Amino acid sequence: MMDWMPQGLWFEVCLKVFFAFMMVGAVMTMAGYSVLAERKVSAWMQGRVGPNRTVLPFVEYIPIFGPLLKKLGMFQPLADGLKFLFKEEIVPGHVNKFYYYLAPLIALVPALTTMTVLPFGQMYWNDGTVSTLALADLEVGILFVFAVSSLGVYGIALAGWSSNSKYSFLGGIRSSAQMISYELAMGLSLLPVFLWVCAPGSSESGLSLSAIANSQSGGAWLFLVQPLSALIFLIALFAETNRLPFDMPESETDLVGGFHTEYGSFKFGIFFVAEYAHIVIGSAIFTVIFLGGWHFLPFMEDPWPANWIGSLLGVGWFLAKTIFLIFFFIWIRWTLPRFRYDQVMHLGWSKLLPLALVNLIVYLLIVTVIDQNAAANL
Amino acid sequence: MNAVDLLFWLFAILSVGGGLAMIFSRHPVSAAMFMIVSLVGVAALFVLLESFFLAILQVLVYAGAVMVLFLFIIMLLDVGPEAGKRKLGHFKMGIFGVLATVLLVGTLLTLGNSFDSLALDQSIWPELSEPKDGPSQSLPFSTQVSSFGYGLMTKYMLPIQISGFMLLAAMVGVIILSKKTPGREDVN
Repeated sequence: MMDWMPQGLWFEVCLKVFFAFMMVGAVMTMAGYSVLAERKVSAWMQGRVGPNRTVLPFVEYIPIFGPLLKKLGMFQPLADGLKFLFKEEIVPGHVNKFYYYLAPLIALVPALTTMTVLPFGQMYWNDGTVSTLALADLEVGILFVFAVSSLGVYGIALAGWSSNSKYSFLGGIRSSAQMISYELAMGLSLLPVFLWVCAPGSSESGLSLSAIANSQSGGAWLFLVQPLSALIFLIALFAETNRLPFDMPESETDLVGGFHTEYGSFKFGIFFVAEYAHIVIGSAIFTVIFLGGWHFLPFMEDPWPANWIGSLLGVGWFLAKTIFLIFFFIWIRWTLPRFRYDQVMHLGWSKLLPLALVNLIVYLLIVTVIDQNAAANL
Repeated sequence: MNAVDLLFWLFAILSVGGGLAMIFSRHPVSAAMFMIVSLVGVAALFVLLESFFLAILQVLVYAGAVMVLFLFIIMLLDVGPEAGKRKLGHFKMGIFGVLATVLLVGTLLTLGNSFDSLALDQSIWPELSEPKDGPSQSLPFSTQVSSFGYGLMTKYMLPIQISGFMLLAAMVGVIILSKKTPGREDVN
């Protein structure tokens, strides 16, 4: 049974653990800086300045560079994190202690687990072979993402329930209902994508994220081929990450703070980071599926050379697209007002779900016609 | 004992222990959480068998969707630890006990027989690699998703359609039961 493992087992395991820590570090840094981006972009949209005071003592005195970093607020995430760590930790007397402590962890772990199957680039080796850069390029990658992220709802539901407070409870209940509703539309919106990518006669097969990204190389990006799927997936992504038009679980105007009303200090910080980690991962997955992943532009071959420089540029391009999508998330948040709860349910069940079904059937017919034509021409 | 065996025992204990804890825990929310632990443990066992697709479906469908609904209902109805206190009569308890014993003994006997009659490399199910009619070449059985799909759409077409039809009937039934017709009075 062990024959698929090479001899240096411990070396392999250590290497994997090292890569995993690198990946967690990268995603958590991006999550931290998207909090800063959120504050800066909202300030920009509202004609304010945003965080511009925090700075490390010695960096301040570097000419030009120091004041610029200060003005950009680059040290704000550090200060925020330290604030969460050093705040007094208050546990209300009326909570169910065990689940109260467990809930933030359950919220964070799925957000960080989905990144294991996320491909973020290609490695061009010297001998001409090309391999995907990912912690584990599973054949069923996208299903893995769905499965793990569907576990994230337990964190919010348990937080709401264990707090023994009406606001938290309503937030938790709303969030479970919302996540179940939008998961359906999300899954259905992706089926036409797989039909298209794995269409009979095409060389790609399986549900792997890297196969989807590579199928867009030199051709049309999938959001050009399937705009409706992309739209439904994006809306469902907003709902699944509890971002603003859909932030029912913590709508502060009617639920104080929603599921985290009773949480403070670092436990609140964990919920906060989990939300932003979800946004980062969600943006990356949308990039891989609909925006061509690490490939340059639609209908163009990658302009970079097939060596390590090309690998780096590909990863950089992928990051650029992901960061644009994170900006898009923030942009929407500060533009649109929040939906009412019944509007959220109505949109999910009687608009998006039928739309996704129709979309699936239309693409079924299209793929069948293409397939029949291809078979007739043989 | 190698690493895979160690992992097997870890996840086997996790799934069986989670199941037992689910039965014996007093609070419904704890019971639901232990059931999730048990389901995830079984999914991990599927991974050890290198059947990733089944493992992911197990987490996606059972742990991620069915149990969320359970938890949702438990929280919504606010069921406390005293909800399960209803006692069954001695006669009913006896009947259930006898039935459970018969089931357990039957399962053990069947399992013992099938293990005796099968060689280790033989499967209970027929091979999928036998040639099919149709244009595509025969697929050897593997843990790949395409292999599952091919099997479901050829050999197991009838079971798939029957279970799909049953699900449809259940869905229609739920809609009829839960829909409130404006003109009709509620029975209660």
